[in-house]
Order: sequence, then C-alpha cells, then structure tokens
Amino acid sequence: MRRVVVESPGLLATVQDLGRPGYGLQGVSRAGAADALALRIGNRLLRNAEGAAAIEMTLTGGRFVFPEGAEIALTGAAEGYSVQRIAPGETLRLGSFVHGARGYLCVRGGLAVPRIASSASTHLLSGLGGGPLRKGEVLPIGPAHGEIADGAAPMALRTYSKELRVTRGPQADWFDCDRFAQGEYEVSTESNRMGLRLTGEPIVSSHDGQMVTEGVALGAIQVPAGGQPILLFVDQQTTGGYPKIANVITADLPSVGQLRPRDRIRFQFVSPEEALAALRAQEALLACI
Amino acid sequence: MFRFASDQALYVDGPPEAMDLAAMSRIPGVVNLHPAYASVLVVFDPLRTGHRAVEQEILALPGRPLHLPRTHHYIPVRYDGPDLDAVAALHGLSRDEATALHAGAIYTVAFLGFAPGFAYLSGLPEALRTPRLATPRKVVPAGSVGIAGQQTGVYPLETPGGWQLIGHTDVRMFDVERTPMSLLQPGDRVSFEPV
Repeated sequence: MRRVVVESPGLLATVQDLGRPGYGLQGVSRAGAADALALRIGNRLLRNAEGAAAIEMTLTGGRFVFPEGAEIALTGAAEGYSVQRIAPGETLRLGSFVHGARGYLCVRGGLAVPRIASSASTHLLSGLGGGPLRKGEVLPIGPAHGEIADGAAPMALRTYSKELRVTRGPQADWFDCDRFAQGEYEVSTESNRMGLRLTGEPIVSSHDGQMVTEGVALGAIQVPAGGQPILLFVDQQTTGGYPKIANVITADLPSVGQLRPRDRIRFQFVSPEEALAALRAQEALLACI
Repeated sequence: MFRFASDQALYVDGPPEAMDLAAMSRIPGVVNLHPAYASVLVVFDPLRTGHRAVEQEILALPGRPLHLPRTHHYIPVRYDGPDLDAVAALHGLSRDEATALHAGAIYTVAFLGFAPGFAYLSGLPEALRTPRLATPRKVVPAGSVGIAGQQTGVYPLETPGGWQLIGHTDVRMFDVERTPMSLLQPGDRVSFEPV
C-alpha cells in the first residue's frame, strides 16, 4: 500500500473529510474540512469520492514524503489546483500560505485512515479521529479508481471573500443589524476550528431578556455581553446561551475557513432565497470539474 | 413552533422530551439534531430539502415518542472543587452541608450539548443555585463537577468553562470506543455519591 510520511506537519495539520454529522445528540459537532469546497475540488480533480480524507494544513504547509510516489492535488491556500505527480521517494515541501488560512493536500485514492462513526475527520476537542498530525506519522493511501481529470477548477471557486453574506439570526431583533452590517471586524488571533473571535465596535443589545440555551447552527454569529461577536465554526460547541445576530450562509462557509488572524471582514445580510441561489450556483460550478 | 436558524437549519420549539427525535432524524435530508431545554435545532442538507419541506415532515410525525428505558447512574464524586467554599459561603452553608445538598438530589439529563458528552442536569436544589463565574476558566479538567444557575453537570473533557467547580469524578463520561459515546443520555437519572 502506498503511503505518505509526515516529515513536518507545519503549524497544525489534521486529517479531514466532510465531517461526522449525526452526533448532535451526543454533544459532538460535525468537524470536517474548514473549507469543504477546497477539499471537494481536490478530490474531484483526482477522481476520488468528494469526501475522501485529505490533510488540512493551517497557515503553513508541511513537508511530506511519498515513498511509493503519488498523484496529488493542492487546493485552498496551498494553491495548486491541478494534479501533480510525485515521484517515489520525493519530498513535497510547502511554505507559508500567502492568501488564505487552510491548504489541502489531497491524494489520489484518498487517505485510508481509520474511520470513526463513518468519518476520518479529526475533532480536536473530543479526540475523535485522532489528534493533530505528528512528525514521522505514516498515513496509508487507498486504492485509486478511474482516470484523473484533466480539467481545472473554475476561478470563481478559487476566489474567497472577506465580505461574508449572512441571514438574520434567531435573535436578530435584539440588535441593530444595520449597524452590524456597516461595521468592520477583525479576526482575532484567538480563533480556531471551534470559532472565530471578532473584534470591532461593540454590538449592543437593546433587549433585556434572558436567553434559554439552545442549539447553535454552523456559522452562527453569537454576541456575548461584551458585544464582541464569535462566529461558531466546524468544531463548534453544539449549544449556546448567547443571542445570535446572524448566520453565515452555507455558500460562504468556505471563505470563513480561509480567514487569517487580523483579516478585516464585513457582513452583508441576504434573504434565505439568495442564500440558496448562491449555494446552487456554487454547486453547479463544482459539478463542472 | 418553527423558527429560522440558518439556510441549513431550523428550530422546532417545544420540550424535546415530547418529540420523537428518532423519527425526526430519519426525515429525508435531515443530517443532525441538537436538542436543548425548550427546542431542537434541526440541521438539513439544503440541496436535498428545505425549511418548508422539513417543517411539513415534522408536522406529520405522530406526537408521542417511544418510551425509552431510563438508566439511573450513581457517580462517585470527591467534593473538593476549587469553588466549593465560595458556593457554600454564598448560600450561608458549610462545605458538608453544600456537599450533602448536591449529593442528596436526584437529577435528570435534560440534553447533551456544549461539548462532547456534556449532559445538562436539571434538579439542582434551589439552595445551591449559583451564577456562573464572572470570568470563565480557560481550562477545566475532565471529570470536574460544576454548577451554574439551576443546572449541574460533569465536564467530560478538558475544555474552557464558566461553571463553579465543586468536585471531581474519575468516571469516564465520554468515550469514543463506547456506544453510545456519552455515558449519560437524555431522560436518564443521575445521583452523585460522595467518596
């Protein structure tokens, strides 16, 4: 069986696929690639199943050796977006990412790592799917099927936005949403796969009611008493007691996965119909690869 | 009854124990459920279904859930938490009195949320109801027994947390090798036994 050997994981590298939904009743969030679009593009280029497991790298690439060689696709912040052939014994060296936060190293055949509850995703908090990749770790590569695509990913799918489209949150009435949409927020360095802490002009609630703890959707923007929003992300807590002003639309979640500390972002409210249209347009482009 | 949550999720308002969650999770396109005290967040694949369709399916479900067998768990606790003195003092109790109150009650698992295996337990005696810490701890050790408001619970994993910590247990609350992974399930009863 072919392998990939982690010579250096960079800042943080984990194995991810499209996540492990269905465990909300156990308090476990979905996990999966922070930029699921980049993962799916890489796998489509390699003619893998879209959700094949790959390596997600954070802010910096790593160093990987392929003793038996491999065909790979680098996507997201790793910016290859075409199939590369790696010769047996060759080392792949990736530097720091310039644009975006997360790069994906997809391999033809996918990573054949153990799956827990039908997913290979790493959920850092619970330890599901193992922890961060360590130097020297060896990951087996699965068998390949079919022919590799000679196509490329449309530019529109490789372009990320710092103006995130949102729908109104369940407690949007508690806040001045116009002011929120006019503001600019900085992504704090205390951001990770669980959530992104944003700093900016405090958002003050006009409501004096008490929240009852309720489930929180992926991409929810909750506002604690201090008024500095927190965007809940793929390894998120599953319930929360803070009011939620807005929710990032599904089509823009990949852009959230590419936000770097100190990036400045804005929010734009759209209707649920516009959110769905944006997602359908994205899926139609993806289907072309 | 329904509230919009996001383009891939909606809330069903009402007590989760009155809903058939198993049937809800089998609705085509539904991928996840997050019950809480008075609502269930239903997450679906927006390319396979939509708010209206999911709502119609939920309305068509029979109202009464299956009656699941409930387990009564007895969890040994060392009452030596860093906030035990402060909690006792706030209520004019001695450490032993606060401990006896906490260990004397029978709790019910309302739901699992926040973090993997974290069960929100209702039934905390009124005399122990205590606000959260003003500043949450960045690290709460796994097994810590805490109280916040009218709820109590055990931190299954090392996480940040703002609950007042009154004790500790060695029982493994969450184990990925176990089915289900969480020891406590909604509706279960829980007693704490001082050791």
